[in-house]
Amino acid sequence: MSKVLEGLLYSESHEWVKVEDGIAVIGVSDFAQAEMGDITYVDMPEVDDEVNAGEEFGALESVKASSDLYAPVSGTVVEVNGALEDEPELINQDAFAAWIIKVKISDPSELDKLMDAAAYESSIA
Amino acid sequence: MEENLKKTCLYDSHVALGAKMSPFAGFMMPIQYSSITQEHLAVRQRVGMFDVSHMGEIFISGLDAVKFVGHIFTNDVRNMTAGEILYGMMLYPDGGTVDDLLVYKEEAKDAFLLVVNAANIEKDYQWMLENAAGYDVVVDNRSDAWGQIAVQGPDAEKVLVSELGLVEAAALTFYTYRDFDYKGCRMIVSRTGYTGEDGFEIYADPQGTVEIWNTLLEAGVEPCGLGCRDTLRFEAGLPLYGDELSADISPVMAGLGMFCKMDKEEFIGKEALAAQKAGALEKKLVGIEIQDKAIPRATYPVETPEGAEVGVVTTGYHSISLDKSICFALVDKAYAALGTPLCVRIRKKVFPGIVVKKRFYQPTDKK
Repeated sequence: MSKVLEGLLYSESHEWVKVEDGIAVIGVSDFAQAEMGDITYVDMPEVDDEVNAGEEFGALESVKASSDLYAPVSGTVVEVNGALEDEPELINQDAFAAWIIKVKISDPSELDKLMDAAAYESSIA
Repeated sequence: MEENLKKTCLYDSHVALGAKMSPFAGFMMPIQYSSITQEHLAVRQRVGMFDVSHMGEIFISGLDAVKFVGHIFTNDVRNMTAGEILYGMMLYPDGGTVDDLLVYKEEAKDAFLLVVNAANIEKDYQWMLENAAGYDVVVDNRSDAWGQIAVQGPDAEKVLVSELGLVEAAALTFYTYRDFDYKGCRMIVSRTGYTGEDGFEIYADPQGTVEIWNTLLEAGVEPCGLGCRDTLRFEAGLPLYGDELSADISPVMAGLGMFCKMDKEEFIGKEALAAQKAGALEKKLVGIEIQDKAIPRATYPVETPEGAEVGVVTTGYHSISLDKSICFALVDKAYAALGTPLCVRIRKKVFPGIVVKKRFYQPTDKK
């Protein structure tokens, strides 16, 4: 069974968001990594890039397929997880520890559209 | 939808093993059991087995069998002796590919077994019937009566001998086969495969196929799904019908001209291939290696360094054996020479690469 972490927000496209002082830390859920299988490459934006809620900001590649990443909130990228460049498998090992990007949130009201852990858990059940 | 999908005789075994199942060529097939990477490496380093019971077996017999197979098949079957196997294609008159297949020369003088792709069984069978007019042949599609297991990897021979007792299989050379008796039923063992490694393909009736599979499973042979079947064949430079060969892609475009014998008197599609060889060819299949971990996938555009679109990716992976991002691409022939700089557009970015040999991975020695 896929793990769902309490205290995070989730998108329908399986990204998770942890909000820390106006910064959204964004990754993909355990469910998403399990569906993908062995992740071999993470296509990430660059610092200072703008991302828009619901729009593609990068992609995960497994051996077999590529899967787009969608921004759960709008804002400016302030940090990307460089460790994933050499070790994309960190996402398979612990999807909630292996964050992908951090975004300075431009519109906090967008967070209201995301699911809490309970709602996300029932959506993937 | 799923109700219409066929199941191979090993379906229950796949489900019991917890395989990730997916529709492929009209069958519910295992994509992976553990992980594509693990299964891929098992075949490269030890031995793995694949359920390929979905493949088609069509038997041709009759007084005109040699002439008929020579008519529909690009390779030359005239001098085949019993137990020999040839690879080649069936073509449309315009040179497009109906299918790529293996032709097994049977013991009987005027008999062949044609092993065809699962997705094309019905199309191929109809194509053979349509073109059999005027030939004294019987075309017998026995695909449902045969199961097939591919045992692939450097330890394949050892496993066939020690676990299945097929001592005589060790003497088979690459692209030959022989018959065995399995509990009173015919079993065919050929030294063939689709992975770039040494290996065998075992054809038996459904019951025998299940028993052989279970014996190999208990012996520790890694069950492998279609996921790594694709990564393995791709690294070895082998085409997949639908990607590198199709009604629009001739064997000459795909760089498989050596399997089309132009010195034969005739075969369907010969004139079109001759014209392509004489210069009418516009596209060629190439290998491209890109200098990044990003993965070129089928349908991604191929561009010159100046940004002109000159082709399209047909298959691409981050190669498990080589740790490189590589792809097959169909490109304008002016850009097909080895060493030509070509780029692949992957999502929003363009990644520079270079044309390389299609046989990305050099297989181990075969018998």
